[in-house]
Amino acid sequence: MEFYITAIMLGLCLSSMSLGIFISMKIFNIPDITTDGSYTLGAVITAILFTAHWPAMVMIPVVLIAGAIAGSLTAIIHTRLKIDALLAGILVMTGLYSVNLIALGRSNVPLLNVSTLFSSIKLFTNQTYNDIMAALVFIGIITSIVTYILKTDFGIAMRATGDSATMTRALGINNNKMKIIGLAIANSLTALSGYLVAQYQNFTDINMGIGIVITGLGSVLIGDALIKWLNIRSILWQLIVILCGSIIFQLVLAVTISLGVDPNWLKLITAVFVLLIVSIPRLKFNLRQ
Amino acid sequence: MIELKNIYKVFNKGEANEVVALTDVSLTVQKGEFLVIVGSNGSGKTTLLNIISGTEIPSSGTVSINNTDVTRYQEYRRSKWIARVFQNPLSGTAPNLTILDNFRLAALRTTSKKLSIGITDAFRKQVQDKIATLGMGLENKVDQLMGTLSGGQRQALTLLMGIMDTTEILLLDEPTAALDPRSAATVLQTADSLIKQYGLTAILITHNLKDAHQYGNRLIQMSEGKISRDLNSAAKNNLELPEMFSWFA
Repeated sequence: MEFYITAIMLGLCLSSMSLGIFISMKIFNIPDITTDGSYTLGAVITAILFTAHWPAMVMIPVVLIAGAIAGSLTAIIHTRLKIDALLAGILVMTGLYSVNLIALGRSNVPLLNVSTLFSSIKLFTNQTYNDIMAALVFIGIITSIVTYILKTDFGIAMRATGDSATMTRALGINNNKMKIIGLAIANSLTALSGYLVAQYQNFTDINMGIGIVITGLGSVLIGDALIKWLNIRSILWQLIVILCGSIIFQLVLAVTISLGVDPNWLKLITAVFVLLIVSIPRLKFNLRQ
Repeated sequence: MIELKNIYKVFNKGEANEVVALTDVSLTVQKGEFLVIVGSNGSGKTTLLNIISGTEIPSSGTVSINNTDVTRYQEYRRSKWIARVFQNPLSGTAPNLTILDNFRLAALRTTSKKLSIGITDAFRKQVQDKIATLGMGLENKVDQLMGTLSGGQRQALTLLMGIMDTTEILLLDEPTAALDPRSAATVLQTADSLIKQYGLTAILITHNLKDAHQYGNRLIQMSEGKISRDLNSAAKNNLELPEMFSWFA
């Protein structure tokens, strides 16, 4: 049981990133590889600020801003220098690896004896319930804020930019500016996942972000499949389903490992799993033809 | 209202496939004028319209709107004055947004899109009333996704979206080319009545000479990157359709 609760907790912590990837992937059609770097960046900043005795809540703005800078760098390289978004993301991600390593000082920093977002909550005697409570409230607040943003006039403009660039240009929207702000928001959310996971697992590791974008994409694809299948139109419910996608993704991985698969295969299993999610709808389509 | 001075536009300059699209075109469109442009393919009509809208920047020459030099303004900055309807009925609207969302953006064409929720009950009512004037029965479907509508419906809505915010110039680039004859007639009639009702300055590009004959109060023919004929209101009224056909013989 503990095993599955850990998977659910990890899914909750990573769901902020899934919301970010929902914005970059589903709204702007950009597969944003910066994610690998900005996720670690969030965790690195968390470790540094805990070492400097900052309280967990106070460091949130710093984490958000760091993620936003990473995301806007990718978007600026993509829009101003007209470089493919995928390549722009890879460049920023690669550069961030060094930045993270230098900032952290070494490859792994444990977060012991600090009052994390999770350990500071003492509502129940069982700490597991406190963890879940903290994660649920935190993700609940984040989801409400993202829902609000997407519902505003600005949010409609953002959603339209990825949908019909010709229309938005004609309606006075600076598409490049929108992409920069959009990727900034997406990577802030990703950095926030790094912040949560570092606290949940009580350490920051320089390699923790490797391939994390695939986890995010997989979660969004599961969520998107459910959104299409259930024909969900409300933005709030769409985001909630994306959160569920993130949890389902982690549960599937947990089940795989509980079957006795060597954890060294985890990344390969993740990749194959995402490949399956992407390809199954297409295979079905081919059969029909 | 719109003033083009000595516009040249060359594509792929210096290369083997160099194309001179416009040669020394000067054109002044007065406020309230409804200008119709005809011409064969490759005559420079669409390039001319794109230079006014900012989709293309001229190789040389200047573009002014309301005495402001906008030659270097990007497309989105010119939307302060200009509303557009595209040849492709799918280009003017966002398919995965609801009709209401599309209209909300159109209502903010000339202003900034703020971090506040603008779709209120009052706004919904206003959009429904506007859409009801089309008589297509779409006023009760404003929460439907734009992509579920037909090309003709979307083109008609694009037109209405053009007048959701203050508009001075309406650019119509073959708006009916992809529509069936009945939808085409509805769209052009709607355009014509909106232009009259709101006193808009409008430019219509069309290959349909009947439409060119029926609508507008000034007619231009373009050929080989130049304005070859320019008929004012009176001359246009006296023009017979067979004579127009002979221009293209």
